[in-house]
Amino acid sequence: MKTIFAKSRPGRRAASLPCSRVDERFCQMSQLPPELRRSEPAELPEVAEIDLVRHYTLLSRMNFGVDVGTYPLGSCTMKYNPKFTEVAARLPGFAGLHPLLPQLRRGGLLAQGALRVIYELEQLLKQITGMDAFTMQPLAGAHGELTGIMLMAAYHHDKGNQKSLVLVPDSAHGTNPASAAIAGYQVVTVPSKNGVMDPTAFKEMLNDQVAGVMMTNPNTVGLFNPYIAEIAEAAHQADALMYYDGANLNAIMGYAKPADLGFDIVHLNLHKTFGTPHGGGGPGAGPVGVVEHLRDYLPISRVDMRGDGTLFLDYDHSKSIGYVAPFYGNFGVCLKAFAYILALGGEGLKEVSQDAVLAANYLRVKLGDKWQVAFDRPCMHEVVFSAEDKVARHGVSALDVAKALIDEGFHPPTIYFPLVVKEAMMVEPTETESLENLDALVAAMGRIADKAAADPEALHASPITTPVGRLDEVTAARHPVLQEPLEEAEA
Amino acid sequence: MRFTPHTPEDRSAMLAALGLGSVDELFAVIPEPLRARSWDLPPGMSEPEVSQYLAKLAGLNAQNLVCFLGGGFYDHHIPAAVDALISRGEFYTAYTPYQAEMSQGILQSIFEYQSAICRLTGLDAANASLYDGGTALYEAAMMAVRKTKRKKLIVCTSVSPIYRIMLRSYTINLHLELVEADVSDPAALEGLLDQDTAGLILQNPDFFGVLHDYAPHFAAVHELKGLGILGCNPIALAVAKSPAEMGADIAVGEGQPLGLPLSFGGPYLGFMAVREALLRTMPGRIVGRTHDGQGRVGYCLTLQTREQHIRREKATSNICSNEALCALAAVIFLGLMGKQGLVELAELNMTQAAYARERLTSIPGVEPVDQGPWFNEFRVRLPIDARVAVSRMIDKGIAAGFPLGRYYPEQANNLLVAVTEKRSKEEIGYLAEGLEAVL
Repeated sequence: MKTIFAKSRPGRRAASLPCSRVDERFCQMSQLPPELRRSEPAELPEVAEIDLVRHYTLLSRMNFGVDVGTYPLGSCTMKYNPKFTEVAARLPGFAGLHPLLPQLRRGGLLAQGALRVIYELEQLLKQITGMDAFTMQPLAGAHGELTGIMLMAAYHHDKGNQKSLVLVPDSAHGTNPASAAIAGYQVVTVPSKNGVMDPTAFKEMLNDQVAGVMMTNPNTVGLFNPYIAEIAEAAHQADALMYYDGANLNAIMGYAKPADLGFDIVHLNLHKTFGTPHGGGGPGAGPVGVVEHLRDYLPISRVDMRGDGTLFLDYDHSKSIGYVAPFYGNFGVCLKAFAYILALGGEGLKEVSQDAVLAANYLRVKLGDKWQVAFDRPCMHEVVFSAEDKVARHGVSALDVAKALIDEGFHPPTIYFPLVVKEAMMVEPTETESLENLDALVAAMGRIADKAAADPEALHASPITTPVGRLDEVTAARHPVLQEPLEEAEA
Repeated sequence: MRFTPHTPEDRSAMLAALGLGSVDELFAVIPEPLRARSWDLPPGMSEPEVSQYLAKLAGLNAQNLVCFLGGGFYDHHIPAAVDALISRGEFYTAYTPYQAEMSQGILQSIFEYQSAICRLTGLDAANASLYDGGTALYEAAMMAVRKTKRKKLIVCTSVSPIYRIMLRSYTINLHLELVEADVSDPAALEGLLDQDTAGLILQNPDFFGVLHDYAPHFAAVHELKGLGILGCNPIALAVAKSPAEMGADIAVGEGQPLGLPLSFGGPYLGFMAVREALLRTMPGRIVGRTHDGQGRVGYCLTLQTREQHIRREKATSNICSNEALCALAAVIFLGLMGKQGLVELAELNMTQAAYARERLTSIPGVEPVDQGPWFNEFRVRLPIDARVAVSRMIDKGIAAGFPLGRYYPEQANNLLVAVTEKRSKEEIGYLAEGLEAVL
């Protein structure tokens, strides 16, 4: 489809601006001297509103979201996003609120509702995770990780510890080692054994240089690490902090809390566990919780309550790492997660984890007939399959399977991750797919398995039902075209 | 309220397929001593109950406050079409477009967004967006450090103090030298710029709303082979000399003015554009145009070898998401404004601000601070502590501006006032009359 720039016609417009009612001379005052003015206006599209609305409506029809169909993308928790939370985030009292308002003297009194959302969400997240304090500032999961490692660094710096290493299991999300490295640490990878981080190997690698350990539990192969208490105890003896990547919290709500498992720092992905939409790749929100002895290092401001019950922004924390975001986090996202948690309540959240784990295990067993399960034992909220045998026998890879699933009307699972499983296909159905949808996925995967044996060429050619087929990614990277060339738009 | 579709029969059927009697058996792997001892959360609520509660909380926030607050975040009008389009479930309930064939909509919209950012900044390549203006500035600073292999960053004190605090927070463990100085006058760079300088960070308009030509600054930093980084307001870019025209290597900024609600601080949008030579050191997602086997044009994520899911600890950044939906809002907003409309919007903001400036500086005791020229924000010096004046104005239903003493202790009497196209002549009149009355 043509770009919006290619649909531009000189003189066409959609902008509707108020007429200035101030004196003409102020218009002249707004004229910039030549040395400060740009030479030519930016070549933005010139379109009517109807052109633009049709353009983006048509583009939306070339996109697949949870609202369109089943989206079992492992590790991403693509559950249904309730609509009423969108309405709440758009209430003028929230959407129109300037973030600097509570920083004005007496201004906080005019933002009590927003401050209450942050305050009450913090209480709920504390109860869900067992942590003692939360910051809402981190703007995404990876941003929460970076914040968490900065807190780790502040703790060790404050204690006078000279530590340079962070341990990360080989099954970790790529963001874990990247976050630790960006925050100034050297990353050491710990091998897994039988799907989970091996406590013996871990203890051998642990020394007084280790500042912290980053884990997710259950991990990226969907397995709960039963040795977690032993690992945490050893880490704490070496004065290393335990970091919990909350990407997989959807598996354990009501059954286990990261604090009880021995973790000191946790980030949550509100856009995974708490039903806020992923937005095609953001915005998300990655609040970070800590145990009591790390509270002082949290970013400022913190929302606190006065004796009279009013809420205020507290900046008075001398050990704080400072600001990781300009204000109070992605407030609009936090608000939707708050609404989601209130709607479900404690029993509802526990049911979420039960149904998510039940659905993943149902797929493990049902798909296990025709597909190789990476670790054939009960899983938590996700299950990893391998196409290794299909590659060997039929030359059909995980990529081929993914593309064939698109033609079946499904979003594919996460493929080629985790790295510890060859030809990995990581399936996370979530709690919001019905039994019929799960069965339909099983049936589609069954047809693909049959086709892999009978007609592998057909799978190499998939997808065929989409606006474009498989794209030439090599050319895209070798000769990058990252914007619409100007002359093309004019032609 | 529940969103799980399962009936008791469905659950029984699934358990039967697993040969289990109860779902609790699936959690047996969690050792008993580690089990949650409490689960003290409130009971669930119905949709109308939660909606009413949230409407009540929204009502505790200022409803009819006339807002002259800015500081990098502005109360602009958002055309209705923006929300109508980004509310399409196909867009907002999707994930990062890993499966390009079924994600052409979001991929093409990001490509268009990148194109618009390149055209606004005049630079060669833009990424798919970053979290916000502050993290974008930090990522730009780190790019300069990586690219030059140097350790020193010079930041002008007229760069947003909020972003400077963020930069300090992020770099504290990284053994960098962060020099904050007023280098608005390029002569002030003498003695600061040297062979160790990785980057010079400036902002246009600066935090006080004043527009500059930083070409001499960037020429000076280039002589020493450092990089020039410019933070910019995207609407001001419609009229102001572009980052490319000034010689900047990296342009970043907060995209909130482009169709995003203030929303108490987020979600917002960090934009970033760079010169060609810096492309492969840029963080974040990037969308490229390519074709399929039949020659049909399509879009995909590209240059991914810079990224964390492939490079892990050697990645250019730990970022894996962008703010795709906010970038979509921004490109829709820019399309609605259009080539001419964005210029008119920028000029209208400047006109309104010029009028407000004259009204305020006509008040006895209120004085201008800067010579200009300004974009849509300016500072005035009051005869009393600006915090006191602002708190008195709150009672009149007006957020009169931001008292600069909060971040600049020597500017206790200075007030930063932002005026957008949404502020009417009457509202500017209330501001001036109200301020005169409380001084």
